[in-house]
Amino acid sequence: MAKRVGIETSLAVSEVAAACDVDVVAAYPITPQTHIVEHLADLVANGELDAEYIPVESEHSAMSACLGSVAAGARTFTATAGQGLELMHEVLFVASAMRLPVIMAVANRAVSSPLSVWGDHSDVMAARDVGWIQIFVENGQEAVDNTICAFKMGEDHNVLLPVMVNLDGFHLSHMIEPIIIPEKEEIRRFLPPFDYPLPLHPDKPVAMGDFAPPVIFTEAKWAQEVNLQKSYDTILRIWKEFGDQFGRYYKPVEEYCTEGADTLLLTMGSFSETAMTAVDSLREKGKKVGLIRIRLWRPFPFEELRKAVDGTKTLIVFDRAISTGGPGGPVASEVKAALYNLPRKPLVVGFVGGLGGRDVTREGFEEIILQGEEIARNGSPNEYEIYGVRE
Amino acid sequence: MVKPENEFTWHDIETGTIVTTPGNASQYRTGDWRSQRPEYTFERCIKCGICAIYCPEGCINQNEQGYFVADMYYCKGCGICATECPLYVINMVEEVE
Ligand code: SF4
Ligand code: SF4
Repeated sequence: MAKRVGIETSLAVSEVAAACDVDVVAAYPITPQTHIVEHLADLVANGELDAEYIPVESEHSAMSACLGSVAAGARTFTATAGQGLELMHEVLFVASAMRLPVIMAVANRAVSSPLSVWGDHSDVMAARDVGWIQIFVENGQEAVDNTICAFKMGEDHNVLLPVMVNLDGFHLSHMIEPIIIPEKEEIRRFLPPFDYPLPLHPDKPVAMGDFAPPVIFTEAKWAQEVNLQKSYDTILRIWKEFGDQFGRYYKPVEEYCTEGADTLLLTMGSFSETAMTAVDSLREKGKKVGLIRIRLWRPFPFEELRKAVDGTKTLIVFDRAISTGGPGGPVASEVKAALYNLPRKPLVVGFVGGLGGRDVTREGFEEIILQGEEIARNGSPNEYEIYGVRE
Repeated sequence: MVKPENEFTWHDIETGTIVTTPGNASQYRTGDWRSQRPEYTFERCIKCGICAIYCPEGCINQNEQGYFVADMYYCKGCGICATECPLYVINMVEEVE
């Protein structure tokens, strides 16, 4: 039976990737993700993990090497953050379109300039349309559990898609927490060996990464889109199987104190735990507030979100990224789009904050909720509110 | 023979658009792209085969008389053979077909 140990989340993620018996790691170090790939390099160098470690010269090469490795049928893991994710950008599309299940941890970081190594969601929001399954986690245990699930989801023959596990840079990646890392044997019972259906092999040659003229491109893209949408059911099934075996259940949209709430706050990632304490504190003061968190960002959980906010008057969405010159927070804008056509829907108020590693405290979230309610009553001249900026 | 491309539905797309019949590019009629076609003055030809080596389509083969001639199913009219031929055997003329 696995024991609960005090360990940094990054190291726990590498430990669990190793326990998932990964065959290839191709990675480039970048803060705040470095501890993940550094520790995997140690495990390989020490002979504790029998895998090929490819120290590449950039993230573009890291992702490219991962494609080749999955195409050859190897279980493949990598990690990145911030600029590193952006440098991978074009290859991310290729991974999903070629249906190559690379599993990647992203220790979310702000994108330059000005240079910031600290956390926010600007990196992943710029990569939201790359066709990957994208999961957000809130603490070290969730990072570990969802890394295991990511392998099973991505490698499932009905899915065959790359999966990104987003964990907040520093706020989560560098946090030392009590975490249960399941034993190899337990993981083996949950996660079958990787069996890529059409690997590169001289006995049965295939051509991968071909070109498509206009007469076929739309069909190819639609096949990809249908597949990503359909992966939803498999994702739910695998979370359920994980829960049944390990006792920890995950859902695409998580709810906290939503019973009878007039106002809901919506967050993603590790700030959600602070937001919960703000909800507790306001509930004690008699306010009917609750919290929902989007765990599954792609494929987007339309039905669950609509169900979760049904009957609420005000929905305050907290984003850690700005779509500059646009609607503000990417999450708020997608949430609004998901609710717009409903006959009965809450008023959505968008806040952007927590940029480049800036903390939002419990009091901060209380303030956001109260200000959001105030805007819902009296309106605001702004498309969205920026939290905590000094005037 | 593979289905013509315009009869492919999205259901027919292989996982990841992988091509499981490698070499099927040979069914792709690059000859459709042609706006010029090579014409030959075989009297000058020394049958050196340089044109065949340089042709990016690999579509130049020797005929019964040993002359090097383009297969018009594939010849896309790029004119490389005409440029490379040391004896100016090949002349590119407008495709009127
Ligand atoms: S023009 Fe000449 S080189 Fe070009 S494709 Fe045709 S035969 Fe080949
Ligand atoms: S390069 Fe010119 S001379 Fe040589 S085989 Fe071709 S056509 Fe003849």
